[in-house]
Amino acid sequence: MTAAIAACGLTKRYRRTQALTDCTLSIPTGRVAGLVGPNGAGKTTLLHLATGLLEPTSGTIEVLGSRPASGPAQLARVGFVAQDTPTYAGLSVADHLRMGERMNPGWDAGLARDRIGRLGLDPAKKAGKLSGGQRAQLALTLAVAKRPRLLLLDEPVASLDPLARREFLQSLMEFTAEQQISVVLSSHLVADLERVCDYLVVLVASRVRLAGEVDPLLAAHHLLTGPRRDPAALPGDWEVITASHTGRQSTLVVRSGGPVRDPAWTASPVSLEDLVLAYMTQAAGAEPGRKPILEVAR
Amino acid sequence: MTWLTWRQFRAQAIVAAAALAVVAAALAVTGPHLAHLFDSNGLASCQARGTCGNDVTAFMDQFKAAGDAVLFWLTAGLVFLAPALIGIFWGAPLIAREIEAGTFRLAWNQSITRLRWLAVKLGLVGLASMAVAALLTLMVTWWASPIDRAIALPAGRNGAPGFNQFAPALFVAHGIVPIGYAAFALALGITAGLVLRRTVPAMAVTLLLFAAVQIAVPLWVRPHLLPPRHAVTVLNPASIDGWTAGANGYMNVTAATDLPGAWLLSNQVLTPAGHTFTGPAPAACVSNSAPVSACSAALGRLGLRQQVAYQPASRFWAFQWLETGIYLALAGALGGCCALLIRRRAP
Repeated sequence: MTAAIAACGLTKRYRRTQALTDCTLSIPTGRVAGLVGPNGAGKTTLLHLATGLLEPTSGTIEVLGSRPASGPAQLARVGFVAQDTPTYAGLSVADHLRMGERMNPGWDAGLARDRIGRLGLDPAKKAGKLSGGQRAQLALTLAVAKRPRLLLLDEPVASLDPLARREFLQSLMEFTAEQQISVVLSSHLVADLERVCDYLVVLVASRVRLAGEVDPLLAAHHLLTGPRRDPAALPGDWEVITASHTGRQSTLVVRSGGPVRDPAWTASPVSLEDLVLAYMTQAAGAEPGRKPILEVAR
Repeated sequence: MTWLTWRQFRAQAIVAAAALAVVAAALAVTGPHLAHLFDSNGLASCQARGTCGNDVTAFMDQFKAAGDAVLFWLTAGLVFLAPALIGIFWGAPLIAREIEAGTFRLAWNQSITRLRWLAVKLGLVGLASMAVAALLTLMVTWWASPIDRAIALPAGRNGAPGFNQFAPALFVAHGIVPIGYAAFALALGITAGLVLRRTVPAMAVTLLLFAAVQIAVPLWVRPHLLPPRHAVTVLNPASIDGWTAGANGYMNVTAATDLPGAWLLSNQVLTPAGHTFTGPAPAACVSNSAPVSACSAALGRLGLRQQVAYQPASRFWAFQWLETGIYLALAGALGGCCALLIRRRAP
């Protein structure tokens, strides 16, 4: 089965900045993948490389088994909603649907009309007069009505208020459940992704720190509290992601294959937010050539 | 894609069509008057009567008095400015605005390649630009045709000084060159917008570059498009139309030519040995008491010759086609640059 996105050594450098470094990952199809990381981590760069808006400096990327934007057929298979959900301010909602119809052979006019109707958007209204949430919904409608097999969304909810955010994600979920398509969704807020993603990619400072199915990742990580110990004395099969210490107590996020049996530790499951934060903290403390175990006050 | 390009371009097209309609109305109302002046002064038959010089002068005087001259220069100015306006207001924003608003990300993720997106934009707006320029120049050329016919008559140029169809201000505003200018200005604007990624700087750069080209071409390129014709004749004293005589016997003589509608590139009076005549001035020319005719007669006895380099009036259309072709080729080259830029990197 071909991957939704398969990258190998993918690197993008701008004149002075390194936007994406040696990114190797394979996001399977049929998933809703969350791309998380702080601002400037390279999420937009990765998505733009996947849409063919950017060309890699080195490395390769394949989307649904083909080079991004390699032709009309590939463009038809990938839907993209760019950051800030650009639309033509001078064109009405109906004009946008007409544009979609004219420019996409697989256009589903009924789906587009239904979505616009359900959202209560006035077809005669100019896109420039829509609220941020409505514009995002219009952009999403354009992306889904072309019936893509993969939907890429770059911070689609960043500019929305909490209510609009929930509605947007909900309508996205309904759609993906109906259509059986793959989705890659980026956000700098884990809370946005918690309910919708079953695959996670954590990107920090232009590198992929973690990638995998959400449930196995949560099962493999543990939040431990116990008496203070030297990190070197911990079992060898534990990978300590973060460790924070007070005078007497240590709090660790560790990755281990099996359950934690040492009674000195109180183990509790990690939330998605704990997990993402742990990897971001680890990356923030990491320095080249050093083992990334540092004391971090949380 | 054609629909989207048209939808985005619709408002600009309507403005252009309205402006063309206004110009057409003004020209249609005043055009017959100019044709009437041409007929009423008997210019159609002046060659048979041998009175063309005076008839053209009378025609031009009435033309100026009627206020048609104002319209003539206004329309010439309009044809001259239209390509620049097209480059600035149609070309520069065409892609720069999509980049500024981020909408290229929307357009480039529809199921058409960005090369096709560019080709349709360039093609449609390019054709519209050329059509606007063609209509404008057609109307103005039709309107001004009595003047063009008058100055092409023998001695017509003398009757209408300054109205030479090769004169830079008239050459660029008549015939077919405005079509080439419009295509080039549009391509220049689009390229500037794509390179600079900002609408307003792209507009400014388009204006500057287009103005520079429009100054450089008539000065350094157009005279060499075809090798000029040379003519050396014995100086006819009757054709001397001016001289200056200074201290130390220095003298400079200018003589008229009888090349109606031709573009004079150089016009020199030479000594029998073939050097430019700079004196010594004959005594009749420095004396305050001698009549003008005495000086002319004295100059006639020196055996001077007149050497002229010129582009004959018959080459007007050859020049128009050549220059139009050059500008269209430049526009095509710029379009190719845009395609390369858009393929290589996203804004």
